[in-house]
Amino acid sequence: MTDNQRGEHREMVINVPVLARVEGEGALDLRIVSGELTECLLRIYEPPRLFERLLVGREFNEVPDVVARICGICPVAYQMSAVHAIEQAFGIDPGPWVRAMRRVLYCGEWIESHALHIHLLAAPDFFACGSVIELAAKQPDEVRRGLRLQELGNDLIRLLGGRAVHPVGVCPGGFYRAPTIGEVDTLRKRLHDALADAEALVEWTCSLELPVTSQSFNSVALRHSDEYPMNQGRLVSSIGLDISIENYPEYFREEHLGHSTALYSRHYPDGAAARDGDGQAYLVGPLARLNLNLDRMPAAVRAVTERCGIQFPTNNMFHSIVGRAVEILYAIHEAARLLDDYRVPVHPAVPVVPRAGEGYGATEAPRGLLWHHYEFDAAGHVRQAVIVPPTSQNQALIEQDLRTSLAEFGLDRQADELRQFAETVIRNYDPCISCATHFLRLKVRRE
Amino acid sequence: MHKFASCDGCQLAFLTAGEALLDLAGLVDIVHFAEAGPVSPDAEVDIAFIEGSVSTPQDIDRIQRVRANSRCLVTIGVCATAGGIQALRNLGDGDDWVASLYASPEYIRSLATSDAISRHVKVDLELWGCPVNSRQLLAAVRALLFGVTPPVDQEKVCAECKRSGAVCVMVARGVPCMGPVTRTGCGAVCPRFGRGCYACFGPSENINSDALGGWMRGLGLAPEGVARRFRFINAEAAEFRAAADKAADSGK
Repeated sequence: MTDNQRGEHREMVINVPVLARVEGEGALDLRIVSGELTECLLRIYEPPRLFERLLVGREFNEVPDVVARICGICPVAYQMSAVHAIEQAFGIDPGPWVRAMRRVLYCGEWIESHALHIHLLAAPDFFACGSVIELAAKQPDEVRRGLRLQELGNDLIRLLGGRAVHPVGVCPGGFYRAPTIGEVDTLRKRLHDALADAEALVEWTCSLELPVTSQSFNSVALRHSDEYPMNQGRLVSSIGLDISIENYPEYFREEHLGHSTALYSRHYPDGAAARDGDGQAYLVGPLARLNLNLDRMPAAVRAVTERCGIQFPTNNMFHSIVGRAVEILYAIHEAARLLDDYRVPVHPAVPVVPRAGEGYGATEAPRGLLWHHYEFDAAGHVRQAVIVPPTSQNQALIEQDLRTSLAEFGLDRQADELRQFAETVIRNYDPCISCATHFLRLKVRRE
Repeated sequence: MHKFASCDGCQLAFLTAGEALLDLAGLVDIVHFAEAGPVSPDAEVDIAFIEGSVSTPQDIDRIQRVRANSRCLVTIGVCATAGGIQALRNLGDGDDWVASLYASPEYIRSLATSDAISRHVKVDLELWGCPVNSRQLLAAVRALLFGVTPPVDQEKVCAECKRSGAVCVMVARGVPCMGPVTRTGCGAVCPRFGRGCYACFGPSENINSDALGGWMRGLGLAPEGVARRFRFINAEAAEFRAAADKAADSGK
């Protein structure tokens, strides 16, 4: 970090070589010359793991176990988008029991991932702490409550997946095993008991002294006819997009910039007719979902958000932490509701017979839209795979937000303050760099 | 805690340890753990945990610096211990794919292989698993704090599965299962969920992969199907690589 002040001309370079409290390996470079931000690069240097290539040739029933390895924090999301795509390709409908249990599993991941982000990654910023361990000394009850919620989410994943990271329960067609009534009853009780914790968490996030920024951004999320979106729906945006998930590539294109091993996804509202390079940054994730789908929340959850005085849709990006807390509360309600009606099915999965074809899956990962597309041969082996993770979709907006927010914050501030604020801005998006980097769209040159 | 090419899932075993994480912070000073907050990559430490595989030239420099600064170097998870699922790119049938991939020049920095940490520096303790769990990590820290070498479990999933009372999926239902050749530690979670083990904890000691391959052929798997089961999350583990090559050759 250097801070040269020579009369009117002040040049400041801020390098954060290792971003702390984010998932994966990223860095930030800022250059401020005479009060202007001349360079603002979120550099993602995590090496690519080439998942889309290593999927080629694998059998369809291996896909959920492969794609889980893309992300240790949201493996369920990868499994969900994959099984939906596989089932579409093979023309399979797994029925209402499987659909409900996938929702329960996804609730577990939202709870676990959001609780981790709120308490271990984001909240220390608002108490001048460097880590959750320091935060636990200042806010012991709140941290313990957060760890309890995180554990509840993990146990919900274990119920259907056997373990919290890289769970093993999901297969194309449904689940390998159905939980017993006794297992479900234990968790059901814990879910009902946790509602008070989750309401208190929403109130706590609303009481934080969050920075105030106001900027216009375009939210993009799934929207379902009657549910808060997780596994199904159409793709909508705040500026009127309403498309089926199969049409995603017409309206969203990925660009490849030199400073990052992740691709930048941009939105082209005019679709296929638009010129490359004219795309816009957009937001996916909890705030985008809430901005577009608050009316799909049950009345009990809406009542809590209204009590806290934050109006959705909101233009303050820092309300993301509140959005995560609201989604934890919702996920606990939803999982409890679905498990209240639990019955053990005759078969936990429907039979899957492969055929040649292609399928699409788009689901709402904790961090936002996760889009998959696969082509299979007649034996059910993957011929081609394309995966677009949430963080590469948010990457362009993170840089745009940094420019706006840092200017509002005041570029004449000390380098340390700017660095701390910039990191807070980035963390607020809960970027998952491990996810974002593993999808280089490499062209295969065949000679 | 140092991260290389990985999914973050193994260091998560610390971050999901709940109250035990706060207890741990009372037992050790956490000096570098970027995801948890502290950043000090070049600090001298007693214990360094390594997640992820070596896949770029910079990674090689970095792991050597970490080794020089650490009294005890522990790999956590199969990416660090055996190269991980991304090591599928190292394989014979994938020989040409990295070479034939065209990327923008800045990505050429990526190595053609994804390597276990032990290919580049001495490793003091290897914890297998995809992912490792909190119990493995905390037990290792406790043992090291007591000044003893943590015991490494070499038992097979198969034995743990029998003890848990699960019905054998291979004998009872004809489902191919890697349990007889796979290191325990997961709690036999797959067979208990009614599916075959896919060997995410890597090879156990003294495995009889020929016998298992024969069983799988008997269940109707083609040689290529047998090979693919060894060429998965631990494809670069020596025993599995040999077994996969042998199975694939038998089909030629």
